[in-house]
Amino acid sequence: MNDWLLALLGTLLFVALAPLFAAWVKRVKCWLQNRSSPALLQPYRDLRRLFSKQVVMAETASPLFVMTPYIIAGATLLAAAVVPFIAVNLPTAAIADVIVLAGFFSLARFFLALAGMDVGTAFGGMGSSREMTIAALAEPAMLVAVFTLAMVASSTNLSTVIDQILAQGLVLRPSLLFALLGLMLVGIAETGRIPVDNPATHLELTMIHEAMVLEYSGRHLALIEWAAQIKLLIYGVLIVNIFFPWGIATHNSVTALAIGAAVVFFKLMVLGALLAVGESVLAKMRLFRVPAFLVLALTLALIGLLSHIILEVG
Amino acid sequence: MLEQLPLYQQAILTLAALVMFTSFALLAQSRVVPMIHVFAWQGLLVAITTGLVAFDSGKHDLYISALLAVLLKALFVPWLLHRLVTRLGIDRDEHGAEHPATVLLIGALLVIFCYYVAEPISELSASVTRNTIAISMAVVLLGMLMLVSRGKAVAQVVGFMSLENGLFFAAVAATHGMPMVVELGIAFDVLVAAVIFGVFFFHIRDSIESLDVDQLNRLSESDE
Repeated sequence: MNDWLLALLGTLLFVALAPLFAAWVKRVKCWLQNRSSPALLQPYRDLRRLFSKQVVMAETASPLFVMTPYIIAGATLLAAAVVPFIAVNLPTAAIADVIVLAGFFSLARFFLALAGMDVGTAFGGMGSSREMTIAALAEPAMLVAVFTLAMVASSTNLSTVIDQILAQGLVLRPSLLFALLGLMLVGIAETGRIPVDNPATHLELTMIHEAMVLEYSGRHLALIEWAAQIKLLIYGVLIVNIFFPWGIATHNSVTALAIGAAVVFFKLMVLGALLAVGESVLAKMRLFRVPAFLVLALTLALIGLLSHIILEVG
Repeated sequence: MLEQLPLYQQAILTLAALVMFTSFALLAQSRVVPMIHVFAWQGLLVAITTGLVAFDSGKHDLYISALLAVLLKALFVPWLLHRLVTRLGIDRDEHGAEHPATVLLIGALLVIFCYYVAEPISELSASVTRNTIAISMAVVLLGMLMLVSRGKAVAQVVGFMSLENGLFFAAVAATHGMPMVVELGIAFDVLVAAVIFGVFFFHIRDSIESLDVDQLNRLSESDE
């Protein structure tokens, strides 16, 4: 019972902190680019503003268009519940393994692409087609990286994977190194960051994610934006907690949880700063170069898988 | 198992995987100057691995090989290629393969093939580097793949040199290096090859006004 309560609280914290992480990335980016940054609470204000606004819908919108934001928010919320955030061995980790996690993301993406085409504007269809192109290339890369993890830890359950890596201590594993790099590239592509997509622009030639949600307004838009922020945080937490799990709470004492929270905040701050540096250094690439980027991710993940088989098992 | 090895042996294996990664990076890289840089990194990684193997096996002549590898593969040959490329004025050209994604996937298949071939060999050995035999074979074959998939002379030379890196790495991994005399001979050969390639670049360009070796298939008198 206690565990379930803790898992619920952890998920709520995760969802509540997602906009803060996005704001942190933005702040570091502003520092690097010598601009004055918006307040760290700005995403929350934006969400509140959107939630209080009236929903305006196109006349051609079908019920699917209304359902989609809730499906996306629901799938992303479930995904957030599965990822070990501050503590491992929570009961929610048994709900789904990392392959189902990828499935949640696909479900959300499928409905978002449908909703993009639903109203019948040119931009929506364009955005959907681009999103599905990228997804078709990013998903194999993500799955191969996940399989590498699963082979190292002999499990696809995230909590077990983290336990295994913690139990082994500091081991220099080529497979995990490449899986990390591959997963980072996939994460960048999936969450629509530079150099694949620019979350801050509405320039019609380049936008992918923004093109699909162009018709949304009010609380629907708020839910979609929030889900996008949660997805970014999920990828961040996956990366820091699987590959650098040290400090995560393995039992439910107050001190362990406090340490776990402090450590994960610190790791996420570092990761967010790295993301901001990457986004400042790189230019957004042409859409037609994105497949090459994702093939690189797939190759990295494949090398990880192969080097596990070749170097680590024998 | 990996987690029972000391840290420097884990480092050998990780560096071996990184060497293989640089081979893939060479395959994927289409611009000349970054390609030469990746090649230099590969040489450096091979040299560091050699140094660690020397430390692991206690063979002191391997330190000399490592030093030679740093000087030759990581510094001299890349510097020479870089200078050639600037003098030929092709440092901004694209020298990529026609279907980079396909080439990368073929590369992955080659690695699997090498693993399959090298497995019986590595079962005979008990050294920590036994598993890197497959990796070094893969580096050789990936170098060959680069040779056949590229049309431009400079990219082919880089592919050839990375093939040689793979052979050197195979010698280090399988038998803790070749005899010093052989090693010095090969190092000298590579040096001479690099210089001769440089001369040939100018000759090829003078005779067909391009470094695209596919044009060597055509007779110059035949009409286009």
